[in-house]
Amino acid sequence: MSAHSTDHTAQPAILAEVNPAIIPRAVLVEQNRDFHWITEKVCGIVEGTTPTWWWWCFGLAAVIASFTVSGLVYLVSTGVGVWGHANPVNWAWDIVNFVFWIGIGHAGTLISAILCLLRQKWRTSINRAAEAMTIFAVICAAIFPVFHVGRIWFAVMPGWLFPFPNSNGIWQNFRSPLEWDVFAVSTYGTVSVLFWYVGLIPDLGTMRDRFTATGNMLKARIYGFFAMGWRGSNRHWSNYEMAYLVLAGIATPLVLSVHTIVSFDFAVSLIPGWHTTIFPPYFVAGAIFSGFGMVMTLMLPLRAVYRLEDLITQYHIDCMCKITLATGTMVGYAYSMEFFIAWYSSNPYEGFAFINRAFGHYAWAYWIMIGCNVITPQFFWFKSVRENTTLVWILSIFVNVGMWFERFVIIVTSLARDFLPSSWGYYSPSIVEIFTFFGTFGVFSFLFLLFIRFVPIMPMSEVKAVIPAADPHAGHHH
Amino acid sequence: MKKNYGIVAAFDTTPALYQACLQVRDAGYTQWDSLTPFPVHGLDAAMGMRRSQVPRFSLTGGLIGFCTGMSFIWWANAYEYPLIVGGKPYFSPMFAFPISYELTILFTAFATIAGMFLLNRLPMHYHPLLKAPQFVRASDDRFYIVIEASDPKFNPAQTRALLEQAGGKDIAEIEE
Repeated sequence: MSAHSTDHTAQPAILAEVNPAIIPRAVLVEQNRDFHWITEKVCGIVEGTTPTWWWWCFGLAAVIASFTVSGLVYLVSTGVGVWGHANPVNWAWDIVNFVFWIGIGHAGTLISAILCLLRQKWRTSINRAAEAMTIFAVICAAIFPVFHVGRIWFAVMPGWLFPFPNSNGIWQNFRSPLEWDVFAVSTYGTVSVLFWYVGLIPDLGTMRDRFTATGNMLKARIYGFFAMGWRGSNRHWSNYEMAYLVLAGIATPLVLSVHTIVSFDFAVSLIPGWHTTIFPPYFVAGAIFSGFGMVMTLMLPLRAVYRLEDLITQYHIDCMCKITLATGTMVGYAYSMEFFIAWYSSNPYEGFAFINRAFGHYAWAYWIMIGCNVITPQFFWFKSVRENTTLVWILSIFVNVGMWFERFVIIVTSLARDFLPSSWGYYSPSIVEIFTFFGTFGVFSFLFLLFIRFVPIMPMSEVKAVIPAADPHAGHHH
Repeated sequence: MKKNYGIVAAFDTTPALYQACLQVRDAGYTQWDSLTPFPVHGLDAAMGMRRSQVPRFSLTGGLIGFCTGMSFIWWANAYEYPLIVGGKPYFSPMFAFPISYELTILFTAFATIAGMFLLNRLPMHYHPLLKAPQFVRASDDRFYIVIEASDPKFNPAQTRALLEQAGGKDIAEIEE
């Protein structure tokens, strides 16, 4: 070592020229497909005849959705007593399902906004469907807080949810995280719809032009109305891209803040097991984890049914699996850190809350959660698993199940065993609650099926922009 | 006799369009545009365009949103009906922050999109270019340059020659 450093006449320590190894970039659209192929492929889904499977799924989704409708009609006409909430668990099924659905939405915004800012080009072929998933998940989520007030018109007047004064002219207490949540979720829903719609405009223009060319003037009018007269002008694209970038830039802090505020619903209270500072990052990681689970649950069948393998490649699946793995591991870390802090804080109530979670009456739910959320994603370390689409799909279902149980465990175990042993109880959902939740999967599928039937499921303009032919310098960069 | 809107030339590839845009820009035209099915990287500079003004709308919207949140919560909890909660002050920017933050984002989103539509003069469902049948491909796989007749340098023969020399195909005049 010393002989080497003193020998100045030997070869220079710095190379005269650095030749980094060229790592080939993953191809985002396989088989070298051209612009026209992408247009035909994506528009073909909307323009073709309605497949038989679509009608079957649509009918099934409508039947399942009717469970939610009946459950809600029964709730509003009878009263909130039809739900199984009772002392001490006065808040369970509705908030569990609300957090579950709103969390699923977060992957859509992550894909459309955060990955846009990080210039992850693989987002292009999945962002439209993921954003649609976000919007429908927010709709399903919103059902629960709106209906848990019982007399739903009270949500607006006298302002049990939205900011309106009551009959004494008193306004809401804006210190309450529940009021913050109203603003967070309604902003999230609105911005998600706007972001999605802005992304759709150029593609609606394409649909309008294609229907005009084939002489289907009614459809050309309808798509044209929503396309706003888009004509692909580069002077428009310039403002459009800037607007899209700004929207991505604000949707990123938005998505992080929404689940942070959702976690404040718990963290700002004093219940053992809720009152922890780890909640905001832990909830955000969990939300993205569950959302990617749902994106894969939706996209993998879609890819198979519509033969989209050239657009949603193995690389895309790899990326989604890796994000699921990363966020799932973060969630696992948060679970263990909660236990550590409970012990380290020497707070007997906190310590009891966590021992009770793992070994109490709800231990079954806790271990389902651990199995689905901590163990399932670890399979994604293996390439052979990520390349087995069926297995990835099955694992993604486990992620969805696990994340529902996470919310159940956090909310129900903490409330069922609070400070006073005299008020301890055991919560079981009523049949009305179970049906109402079960039906939301129908509501979600119903909306998603309409989406894939009538809206281009991929942003054609964005996918075209990431293929090699889109490069104006033909690979010769200046 | 209908008025002439401009001359249009088609290009099959992005490099061809990019090079042609450089030539049209350097020839000194100002009232012209290119139509592309997707945003072409670097085309703004090749067309000599300024940076988009959309962020000004966004900033304005964001500031209005934040101030709306703060002042509304102050008005509701400290002025209109002062609300005593746990002996805390009637108003503090701390507890008003989460809602103001969300309103900042909400108003920014509205302002950004409104700004984009305003600057682009959209919605505009009637436009000479939308009437021309060949433009169906502008939203599919072809690229176009349009030089408008209102451009001070516009001259039917010279402009056509420029577009021909730049490699434009299917050069045609578009009616108003």
